[in-house]
Amino acid sequence: MPATQPVPAAARLFLSGNDAVARAVWEAGTRVAAAYPGTPSTEILEVLARYPDLYTEWSVNEKVALEVALGASMVGARAFCAMKHVGLNVASDALMTITVTGTEGGLVIAVADDVGMSSSQNEQDSRYWGRFAHVLVLEPADSQEAYAMTLAAFDLSERLKSPVILRLTTRICHVKGVVQTGGRSEHEPAGFVKDPRHWVMVPGNAKPRLPSVFQRETAARAEAEASPLNFRIDGSDRRIGFVTSGPTFMHVRDAFPDAPVFKLGLSCPPPLESLRAFAATVDTVLVVEETEPLLETEMKAAGIACHGKDVLPRIGELAPDVLEPAVRRLRGEAVPEPEHVPPQQVFPRPPTMCVACPHLGVYYTLSQMRNVLIAGDIGCYTLGAGHPWNALDSCISMGASMGTALGMDKGRGKVDENKKVVAVIGDSTFMHMGMQGLLDITWNRGNVTVLLLDNRAVGMTGGQDNPGTGRDIHGEETQRVDFARLCEALGVKKERIRVVDPYQLPVLFKALREETKIEEPSVIITNRPCVLIDHYEPAKSYLVEEDRCTGCGNCVEVGCPAIHVTRRDKEVKASGKEVDLSFVRIETSACTGCGLCVQPCAPKAIVHAQPVQSIQSVQFVRK
Amino acid sequence: MSQITNILVCGVGGQGVMTATEILAEAAISLGFDVKKTEVAGMSQRGGVVTSHLRFGRVVLSPQIVPGEADLLIGFESAEALRWSHMLRPGGIALVNAGRIVPPVVNLGLFDYPEDPVARMRALGLAVHAFDATSLALELGNIRLGNTVMLGACADRLPFPAEVLRDAVLARFGARKPQLVEANREAFEAGRRAVAGEAKAA
Repeated sequence: MPATQPVPAAARLFLSGNDAVARAVWEAGTRVAAAYPGTPSTEILEVLARYPDLYTEWSVNEKVALEVALGASMVGARAFCAMKHVGLNVASDALMTITVTGTEGGLVIAVADDVGMSSSQNEQDSRYWGRFAHVLVLEPADSQEAYAMTLAAFDLSERLKSPVILRLTTRICHVKGVVQTGGRSEHEPAGFVKDPRHWVMVPGNAKPRLPSVFQRETAARAEAEASPLNFRIDGSDRRIGFVTSGPTFMHVRDAFPDAPVFKLGLSCPPPLESLRAFAATVDTVLVVEETEPLLETEMKAAGIACHGKDVLPRIGELAPDVLEPAVRRLRGEAVPEPEHVPPQQVFPRPPTMCVACPHLGVYYTLSQMRNVLIAGDIGCYTLGAGHPWNALDSCISMGASMGTALGMDKGRGKVDENKKVVAVIGDSTFMHMGMQGLLDITWNRGNVTVLLLDNRAVGMTGGQDNPGTGRDIHGEETQRVDFARLCEALGVKKERIRVVDPYQLPVLFKALREETKIEEPSVIITNRPCVLIDHYEPAKSYLVEEDRCTGCGNCVEVGCPAIHVTRRDKEVKASGKEVDLSFVRIETSACTGCGLCVQPCAPKAIVHAQPVQSIQSVQFVRK
Repeated sequence: MSQITNILVCGVGGQGVMTATEILAEAAISLGFDVKKTEVAGMSQRGGVVTSHLRFGRVVLSPQIVPGEADLLIGFESAEALRWSHMLRPGGIALVNAGRIVPPVVNLGLFDYPEDPVARMRALGLAVHAFDATSLALELGNIRLGNTVMLGACADRLPFPAEVLRDAVLARFGARKPQLVEANREAFEAGRRAVAGEAKAA
């Protein structure tokens, strides 16, 4: 990933929206780009890091990423940061002041909304932040537009001295299309101009700047009315005219090729006069926007009659199969029955933890404990909420496990007073937003045991580096955080901090039992790396000796996807009690020999297989 | 819309669904088609469901295939092929790996794996070519050849010559390791032979 690749010259390339944004950021002469990885935005920085001649970094969180970009903009450099929708909530504190200072070098913030929620804790519409912060919002509809609008965003930012939000969605980020690209142009920074009234936002300096925010918005409104990013296509069937933004434009054009469409590229502030003129040319206006009825509300407030969320869903993507029945209903037509076969009921296939994942042992141990309240967090280890462990009682947002656990501790009544409170968090998540929560726990004498699962990676997004890995975005060595000392500095007593191998189940169980018994803050750090990162080394694989397997099923409870049940049976004990038996097999080619399943196996039926050759891991191949 | 070819590739995270679709896309691009490709992946790289949509033609607008409009359904896993059956258009064809990947929720006894997913698809009136691509790949020496086997299986069902797809496969894997070229050529042809002839509908 980190290696620098040769950059193709101007060409027709098959690029995802993320690839296209990265390409344009590079072409725009940007000097600084920062992000915290987050699906669906992650690849933008991964791709950018491969380009020479600009600085890229993984920041510890999105607020810091935005601040880094702002600093670069202050000295006149073109700057860029990327984040997913929930990341903008984190960065919003900085954003709401950057809107007052304005910017110097072009500053573009790419925000990727997870419309349809493929991998996020909520579905939110980041366009609201544009309105809230009074900054321009651009909405591309495919890879080619993502490329072109990124370049346009830098120009707009410099012309209006404002940050510009490039609003992407999953269906932009992770769709590949053909893009015509160009070459890089240089933008030499003009240099920092000392001016406290501009950059030092104390009330006395900020107040006089506030009118500039609204002057800028007036200018941006004129820009939006005149912008070629906002255009209309006159269709032959004028019964319904569509107002679209982002990928919904493509869906509408696909489903209703003859209908008039007003396409918004620069959608904040909205070009209301152009929209009013468009509305006069059609019988009915339908606003197709993902996800909130934002334009619809703005148009209605401006006295432009339109339909929107009265006929379209409030949640999820507005693909052609969603649009067609809604438009038929709006026209008063019958919705025909589909001619194809109906959807078939098949078992769910939720994501699982990987074979030999170091989190397996942690969740297996937690699932064996009784009377615990477990506050979870965002990351791969969130999968511990699923079967067979069912070992998470909450998951809210990045770093929230700390505060949530403290709240559970302080708020519990009689019913819960004998329960232990445990918080589970990953290494990157801890540095992103968890540290402050732990400080609150120690300062306020919370009785919480923190499980800090250090797998040396931002696992869920593909194993990116963080300050705990000792490597930067290019894979080059840098300083590495010592979590034990960090936790100590945050106020956890030295003797209440333990480092434990998560593959040693009895040790882990003992540590958890002891630390949850003691009524003060404690931290158990696990220290095995993610199995998907490059430096993971598999050990000798295991198999099940069939004649010794008694069907106890203990190994299945570990939750490793390499363990398969071959036969089920029932046994009636002498006491008359019926017991379910599961006889198992280990997918030897997938097994990496972590030894977790060996430990709970009562009859010692799991033994080392002969060294397997050639075929390494089946469906759980390392990327 | 009728000018566009819609291919849905489905399977389980880690099987190579996305790579296979990427190769199909490269073949279409090499012929000058407009192409769009998108995934429903999210967290599914961790053993979950993966579907990849590929659309190509003169101009492609929406990247998503509407249910009932896929010309070709390429199922890398039996139960996944059944799950996405409704995406096929009437008259469309399914190419299915009869191999199975049983998830932990089934091993835990919480859900059943369908007895015969391919038979269920045929009972729905769908034209299905099914064969055990996983075993075929193993016979050829590497389970990871499975996605090339599946691409070979669809090669004679495309609106362009099979050789264009074969060359895209070889270019892709050859660029990584030249020694993979022969193995992939064999795998491609094995997949092609496996489905030559009949498509069994009910």
